[in-house]
Amino acid sequence: MGDLSEFSLKYRVFLKTYQWRRIDPVPWTPLKKPLKDSRLVLVSSAGIVTSDQKPFDKSIRGGDSSIREIPADVDVTTLIETHRSKAFDHTGIRLDPNLAFPLDRLRELSFAGRIGSLNHRHISLMGSLTAPGRLIKKIIPLVGYQLVKDGVDIALLVPV
Amino acid sequence: MGLVAAELERQGIATVAIQLLRLVAEKVRPPRALYVPFPHGYPLKAPNDPEQQRAVIEAALLLLEDCTLKPPVLLGYNPK
Repeated sequence: MGDLSEFSLKYRVFLKTYQWRRIDPVPWTPLKKPLKDSRLVLVSSAGIVTSDQKPFDKSIRGGDSSIREIPADVDVTTLIETHRSKAFDHTGIRLDPNLAFPLDRLRELSFAGRIGSLNHRHISLMGSLTAPGRLIKKIIPLVGYQLVKDGVDIALLVPV
Repeated sequence: MGLVAAELERQGIATVAIQLLRLVAEKVRPPRALYVPFPHGYPLKAPNDPEQQRAVIEAALLLLEDCTLKPPVLLGYNPK
């Protein structure tokens, strides 16, 4: 698994022929301080929302490029997965949102002192965008600015 | 997610991205990525299995700590 064989022919063709944006040059920020002193933000592309947030819009052509801020004190069992893709099995994440939004695992790591602290908000978006321009050029730069102001040092990005 | 990671790195946040498709990681080139051999929908391997989930996260955190790596980093997950 983890290769194209898990997908139907339709998705295999799409994944092979899609014009993926190549990052060049590749930016690089080294770890500035030990993990035990670093503040972490979780970024997940699983289309997670809280029970009082709007689901990601499955009807937008090119994909819904909006984001949701997930408060750090949320009960993970109340999170709802609203990813539109029919290409993968949603069963696991609906049983346990930690599978793609592992906030409970990160809380444990913070409690154990492996990482310094968790940011007060985490970021949820919906992956599988075929038109990611708005997300990348407008939304994420602003998110990054806010996260830097929050004092975030490191980010863990989890796909679905 | 590679593009998101790159923007955060540009702003001074060190990132590590879990990656489900090696093909996509090789084309997009996120700064630091851990390739995991799990199906889509299961990026941390298994639901309700904290130990397995923690092991994947720990492998990702180790990439952040390894100061010998140079971008783009794409390493495979090797559970012990």
